[in-house]
Amino acid sequence: MENDVQKQLTSPSKATRENIRGKALTFIIASLIIVLTVAVIGFIAIKGITTFTKDGVNLWDFLTKSNWNPGSIKDGKPEVGAAPMILGSFLVTLLAAVIATPFSLAIGIYMSEYASKKTNKLLRPVLELFTGVPSVVYGFLGLVIIVPMMRTIFGGTGFGILPGAIVLFVMIFPTITSMVVDALTAVPVSYRQAALALGATQWQSIYKIVLRAATPGILTAVIFGMARAFGEALAVQMVIGNSVLMPTSLVSPTATLTSQLTSQIGNTIMGSIQNDALWSLALVLLIMSLFFNLLVKMIARKRKI
Amino acid sequence: MKEKNIIIPDHEVAISTKDMAVYYGEKKALHETRLSFPKYRITALIGASGSAKSTFLRSLNRMNDKVARVTGEINFEGININSSKVNVNELRRRIGMVFQQPNPFAKSIYDNITYALKYQGIKDKQTLDQIVEESLRGAALWDEVKDNLDKSALALSGGQQQRLCIARAIAVKPEILLLDEPASALDPISTAKLEETLMKLRENYTMIMVTHNMQQAARTSDYTAFFHLGEVYEYDHTSNIFQNPQVELTLNYVEGRFG
Repeated sequence: MENDVQKQLTSPSKATRENIRGKALTFIIASLIIVLTVAVIGFIAIKGITTFTKDGVNLWDFLTKSNWNPGSIKDGKPEVGAAPMILGSFLVTLLAAVIATPFSLAIGIYMSEYASKKTNKLLRPVLELFTGVPSVVYGFLGLVIIVPMMRTIFGGTGFGILPGAIVLFVMIFPTITSMVVDALTAVPVSYRQAALALGATQWQSIYKIVLRAATPGILTAVIFGMARAFGEALAVQMVIGNSVLMPTSLVSPTATLTSQLTSQIGNTIMGSIQNDALWSLALVLLIMSLFFNLLVKMIARKRKI
Repeated sequence: MKEKNIIIPDHEVAISTKDMAVYYGEKKALHETRLSFPKYRITALIGASGSAKSTFLRSLNRMNDKVARVTGEINFEGININSSKVNVNELRRRIGMVFQQPNPFAKSIYDNITYALKYQGIKDKQTLDQIVEESLRGAALWDEVKDNLDKSALALSGGQQQRLCIARAIAVKPEILLLDEPASALDPISTAKLEETLMKLRENYTMIMVTHNMQQAARTSDYTAFFHLGEVYEYDHTSNIFQNPQVELTLNYVEGRFG
């Protein structure tokens, strides 16, 4: 009897073995994902750097020159000037965020502060519907509605930064809005009560107290939206014009990092300079999205203090 | 013993209710009340949880708007303020409120107090400085924070935060202060300090205070109303309520037989 108890106490049971297996399994899968992430970053980095190490492109030229013709060699150097695409990506992203932020703030404030539960029940699914629409559909709508509209208003082809930004605005504002709503509803009710009990109107309590307290969350929402806009390829490609030219106006055909990648990667041969140059664009994209992530982290850390 | 005992104080009245009842949806949470609160006195509202004393208190400055339906009259400055014609923002400036949990804004001590003043249009720095000092002195917090007015209000202790909330409330110069269990989140020392502050404020403010703490009601208040299950059973001088209650329910409650 005594021995049985001692044996049971000191030997593993079926349940403890199962526990160890479970831990091992989840650990292996988690490590796999980490290895995968590192591998993807490593691969893109190595491929992206080749342009500069093997093909002899100057990094500064890559970032600032606007002649993109990786196949041809001029003055002994391949023409790999990515400035139009970098600028294009930044411009569509910034413009989309500038248009989307006021919309998102207004809808977010209405939903979290003024709307009844019933109205919210209607608005939430509408917003979710927007996020569920595939990007190619937005791109197509942009192509058949926005681009002709731009053509009529501004002349020219109608392709360019502005239609790109408008399409992106429609794509990112639902995401920003729902994050803004979350940020606003996370502000304690006691803040609002305190303001109201002092005789503040609801609007005064919103813009001096609630918005202030929710600022980090709102910033995070906008940056998330920008990260999404920066990385969006298909919809932008359909309305941007796809010619690697410095944008001369908001409605002149140009390209973004993503649009150039999606439209050209299939036309190049692995290992060629044309192909390497595209990998460099991918590396810029990757660095930018890491930067957006870092920014969100920094804001989150600041919020804790 | 009587079934109910509700007196009318022989003193100037600051605010009174007439047949005021409160409904949450279809449910009647507070039955018709008829209470008069004397000016420059502290009135305690006591009773067990769920007796609707907070509901009553929050109705007085219309904080129950959109939350509950309030019927009947609330008379203040000669008008019925339970009317859709009343400007609730102006009303709440005159009838301030301090909540159960200290709820300073995530701003500096100074900005907490000037928040309401600024949107009232007071911009002059000197005037603001002066009101900040007066209010903090009134709430007995000045000596503790005068060198750190730029510090975040959230860095203060719970008791200091609650006194800051009082300072913030009196900065807009209300006539009445509603206090919803102001000391329930505080330790005994902070509570004592808060009570001392309230006693001092009594010179200039009419106060109505919900409290679960019967010693606190006995120590600080001049009048006491006893609530039970959504009804007011007794309202009298505090000394009578605790030493010579006329209603059996009150007697049982103040002797601690339920609660």
